[in-house]
Amino acid sequence: MDTLRDEHLIPPTFEAAEKCKALFVKEGGEEEHEEVEEEMGQPSLPNVMETAFYFEQAGIGLNKDESYYIFLALKNLINLHPIQTCRFWGKILGLEMNYIIAEVQLREGEEEEEIEEEGEGSIAEGEKELGEGEEEEEQKEKEAEPPKSTYKPPPEIPREANGTGTNKYVYFVCNEPGKPWMKLPPVTPAQIVCARKIKKFFTGRLDAPVVTFPPFPGNEANYLRAQIARISAGTHVSPTGFYQFAEEDEEEEGADTYEENPEFEPPPVVEMVESLTMWAHHVKGILNQGRCSWINPSQKSEENEEEDEEEEEEEGEEQQEERGPPLLTVISEDEDIPAWTAQASTNLIPQYSIAILQSNRWPGAYAFASGRKFENIYFGWGHKYSSESHTPALPLPAQTEFPTGPEITETVDPTVEEEMAFKVAQEEALAEAEEEEDEEGEDD
Amino acid sequence: MEALSLPAALSLVAGGGAGLSPERRAGLGPDRAAPRSRLYSLNCLDWSLLTPATKEMLALIEQVKGRFQGDPSFEYNLSEINAEAAARLIESGKEPVIKEEARLIATIEQIDRAVGIVPRGAFVKTPLGPVHENRHFEGLSLVEAKKLSSYFHFTEPVNLKNKTLLEKADLDPSTDFLDSLEHDIPRGSWSIQLEKGGTVVVLRSLLWLGLTFYHVPTTKQFGYVYFGTGEKNLDLPFML
Repeated sequence: MDTLRDEHLIPPTFEAAEKCKALFVKEGGEEEHEEVEEEMGQPSLPNVMETAFYFEQAGIGLNKDESYYIFLALKNLINLHPIQTCRFWGKILGLEMNYIIAEVQLREGEEEEEIEEEGEGSIAEGEKELGEGEEEEEQKEKEAEPPKSTYKPPPEIPREANGTGTNKYVYFVCNEPGKPWMKLPPVTPAQIVCARKIKKFFTGRLDAPVVTFPPFPGNEANYLRAQIARISAGTHVSPTGFYQFAEEDEEEEGADTYEENPEFEPPPVVEMVESLTMWAHHVKGILNQGRCSWINPSQKSEENEEEDEEEEEEEGEEQQEERGPPLLTVISEDEDIPAWTAQASTNLIPQYSIAILQSNRWPGAYAFASGRKFENIYFGWGHKYSSESHTPALPLPAQTEFPTGPEITETVDPTVEEEMAFKVAQEEALAEAEEEEDEEGEDD
Repeated sequence: MEALSLPAALSLVAGGGAGLSPERRAGLGPDRAAPRSRLYSLNCLDWSLLTPATKEMLALIEQVKGRFQGDPSFEYNLSEINAEAAARLIESGKEPVIKEEARLIATIEQIDRAVGIVPRGAFVKTPLGPVHENRHFEGLSLVEAKKLSSYFHFTEPVNLKNKTLLEKADLDPSTDFLDSLEHDIPRGSWSIQLEKGGTVVVLRSLLWLGLTFYHVPTTKQFGYVYFGTGEKNLDLPFML
């Protein structure tokens, strides 16, 4: 008789199904739900299936099942967090796991609480540091301090405030629909500048370190956020005229907000495909500094050098790119390929065909427009295309050593005999000096 | 991969975000004239036969970089890219140009050779030499499907001879006559994932971005598709 029992192996499909089952549960507490809706208006859950249908006409997109799971996962996200608008941004592939990304605008007031909490935390830490510092200083006074370096790191460029520029939207990611959504931290200009110089695959784990040269300030979550910011700035487009400025006076710096144009008349699909002037960016481009709006870093430093400030102001004027809606032109600036490829979804049924744009700079970024509907999406590995191979930054040249001089060149220590001879010579000299004084004293 | 199973394959492969629009899908059919002969089309309706790749073509297209234009008769001017190759061609009496069609042929051949993979056991080699489909192949088990060593390159093996005698003793000559993916250089150039709750195992090549191989464990379904720009990812060592 076989007393060994077969171990009942739970197939991974069963476990995955359990997780997905959570998505299908209808939310309870309908009363609370209705109250929330009345207060804040409708939290807009995007119609992912409709978007998926349009993109499918172009041959882009995920499985219908997967799209539906993402739809349900977004609904969960909206219920968990105080969200004003939400959009399915796209999917970034990774080595071990993939990322599904949602672009979200939180309701006002919610973000400020988070910042305050962070501020309090850092103040408490600061007090602790002061306490420790005092103790250390007392200890140091007893010991000789090494020479302090005169190196001052270049001033850190502050990141943009939540709700503006590169941090206009908040991004949530999850590995698979059904897994919990993680919020990505806001992006800093230093991270964007570094992300432009490196090219790394994503592993799928947000806490994975990013080991590169130049060293990336952050882990994979920060790198992912930086790439999302670059992709959004480079490829989010809408039909020209769909958005307009809120105010009549177009200020270059203040033109961060736009609103839908109620008088927008969608041009026919044929025109949208033929000419790229019918599309416009609705996200501010990122400057070389890593921000959307120029900031003068020397304003905070104490040294007042007028020459430097003037130079930087001139640079600021050159670099301030005029924001939209600027026109996308067929002539591209740096690369030898046009930035976008436009086509209609079908030539056989022109009444229902839609205009589709594929980005050549960021392979995997697509946009479609059909009448008043348009949408951007990204499916890819998260890297920019370049016809040249990626050349990593070279390490810095070795620093020069301290100039050698007679003060710091080593000499051989005197031997014991030399020291004794020196001591004897000193004593003799002292004795002679005393005898002379005694003689002079006697003379007086 | 069979053309008949392409529509089913597309749904399994779509995790990468690529696919064919319904119009294109409707145009596909059992179009294969012979095993391993290749056809290409711009709109899935009109198909043209591709001639087999020659070594000269393979050597020449290493010089050509950048995206494909989309026009099969487009000619790349070799003299701009590489003067030596152009000179050689002129000497042999041909014009120093490469047609995009030739580039397409050679690229497809390269992709198939480098990253065309099949699961272990799907094909058997008879003692006389020819390779047949294994009708007893019932798919890999879940445990095996997650390992890179269960997948082989479907081309002439390069590493088999270099294995030690001990390793060779473990191999089964009818099924293990191809190179496995384990020893691919650089290590980690394949991303292996279970999708759809573990029902499908999807391998994506990082050397040719866009090549996706799918297999449903414990069934006979497998295949690979390439959706991409047709350029090798030479930055791979920096990206891992």
